[in-house]
Amino acid sequence: MKTFYKKFSEKFIEGLLMLSGTITSLTVVLIVFFLFKEGLGVFDKKPVEEGYVIALSKSNPLKTLSSEQIKNIYDQKITHWSEIGGKPDSIILFRAEDISNFYSDEEIGENFEGLSTCINRLVDSLPDIIAFFPKKYLAKDFKGHELTVDKVSLKEFFGGKEWFPTAQPSAQLGVLPLILGTLWVSFGAILLALPLGLAAAIFMSEIAKDNVRRIMKPLIELLAGIPSVVYGFFGLVIIVPLIQKTFNLPVGETGLAGSIILGIMALPTIITISEDAMRNTPRAMKEASLALGASKWQTIYKVVIPYSISGISAGAILGIGRAIGETMAVLMVTGNAAVIPHSILEPVRTIPATIAAELGEAPNGGLHYQALFALGCILFLITLFINLAVEFISNRKQHNKH
Amino acid sequence: MYKIESKNVDFFYGASQALKNINIAIKPNTVTALIGPSGCGKSTYLRLFNRMNDLIDNTKIAGQVLIDGEDIYAKGVNVDSLRKKVGMVFQKPNPFPKTIFENVAYGLRVNGITDKKLIEERVETTIKQVVLWDEVKDKLKKSAFELSGGQQQRLCIARALAIQPSVVLMDEPTSALDPISTAKVEELIYELKTKYTIVIVTHNMQQAGRVSDTTAFFYMGELIEHDTTKTIFTNPKIERTQNYITGRFG
Repeated sequence: MKTFYKKFSEKFIEGLLMLSGTITSLTVVLIVFFLFKEGLGVFDKKPVEEGYVIALSKSNPLKTLSSEQIKNIYDQKITHWSEIGGKPDSIILFRAEDISNFYSDEEIGENFEGLSTCINRLVDSLPDIIAFFPKKYLAKDFKGHELTVDKVSLKEFFGGKEWFPTAQPSAQLGVLPLILGTLWVSFGAILLALPLGLAAAIFMSEIAKDNVRRIMKPLIELLAGIPSVVYGFFGLVIIVPLIQKTFNLPVGETGLAGSIILGIMALPTIITISEDAMRNTPRAMKEASLALGASKWQTIYKVVIPYSISGISAGAILGIGRAIGETMAVLMVTGNAAVIPHSILEPVRTIPATIAAELGEAPNGGLHYQALFALGCILFLITLFINLAVEFISNRKQHNKH
Repeated sequence: MYKIESKNVDFFYGASQALKNINIAIKPNTVTALIGPSGCGKSTYLRLFNRMNDLIDNTKIAGQVLIDGEDIYAKGVNVDSLRKKVGMVFQKPNPFPKTIFENVAYGLRVNGITDKKLIEERVETTIKQVVLWDEVKDKLKKSAFELSGGQQQRLCIARALAIQPSVVLMDEPTSALDPISTAKVEELIYELKTKYTIVIVTHNMQQAGRVSDTTAFFYMGELIEHDTTKTIFTNPKIERTQNYITGRFG
């Protein structure tokens, strides 16, 4: 009886452990699946909002336009059909709300019951018109033709330089400024954090006395525990005005501010990981160097750093990973202008900040919503790549240590 | 004139005393073996000669250690140049993760020698000195980790000799080696005697007998007996030495 009970409990515990493992793995797989399912959906959508049409006159030979062309037409950057391969006449813009410029209120009707007829007549009478209006006002005997708009293409998505996901009539989903903004801020952060972090790590592992180290280490680990919104607040109140004053800028919310905050946030990762790596340098190796008459500093840069270089790189890469994925602090201090940055003193917008700021106002399942998920996929792939790089580097390290 | 003298040396790790009133005088161009059971203080004593114990926090030394008549623990002594004069070989082969060539050249480079030709010459002569040249001359640019343990240890000896010390300290240099490599290192020690003063810590009684001129027996932080190796092994004056040598304890 007793052995049966023992066997049963053993099996039970085994099953429980397996279940936990399965649930965790499944969760990860499901999250990734969900992310990509929603994210990839964006390439199956048209940039024109559902329920709306863009129409041209029958005599206009153009059949399709790209999202960018439509935007440029409505922004009046393209003013003649000839610029996009049509007639040499100038383009007449029309949105449904412009109808009162052409027809009287009686013709349109109190509840817009005459609107479809009016639009039909207007499109028929103006051969150079481009009309954007709700699909329900499309007359049955429509005398113009509906313009087909291409689906969002990979090229447009990754190469587009403009991010206006809610633009009318055609959304602009160029993620290039966001990707560049993210890399820009992260690169600046690592440029600031790496030398400082490395110096602190060297100090802690090689120079500081034990009691100094005992105080410093928890302090640095505490730095990792501060909520990112507090960093953002600190940045907004201290660093942003400081940058504005120092560089005499109209606004202080810049890529530089983001880099500084992210640099501070990446410090604990860089310091703790590279310090651990340096402390793992065999004592015999350091002693051998010192016994040959090398000074402490010579020993550090000729033996300790080369020996722990893979650990240091892992720390730096993980630091970058932290910087790339960070949301709140960056959202608060970078100014969030979705333009390709030309200097560190311009506002930039990062991928995580975009998702956090816009997801709330994007209708569930819509184009904007799915575009944000696609951004999430990009972020996921970047951090996945970073983690793989760390894995690769630490594997190489184990290989080195014969 | 003695090469190394220690006068009334006490040494403390924190509050515990590791060495008690050690007095030894070592003549130039001799091999001195330090023997004794584990924890007797012989390694600690050896590491006093190049001030390696300075690296350990919270240690204290009293008394005098003289090398060439100068107190190496006096104020104003440059530890880096002391270590240049007093080379050291460690228990386990510990080459740097660098090429064979760079391992030997390391000591020269950190001591400010930049003349390429001089470095190349010195590397070659010291590798020849440790009888390793024929084995490594074709792979000087390869990692030192590709060598066998015995080869690595001889490389480490070459590394120590490259900066031309006058004293070489060896801390159980063969404890991690196979018998054949051990024999090679012992042979080498015997030959190096003509140029250097050697102090060697060893657990291996036969080794002490084979390579050393004088032997010092340590027990519990005290120097029990120091005499010619022959006397220690055949006719020790103190019974405890006899007991240790004959293997009755230790």
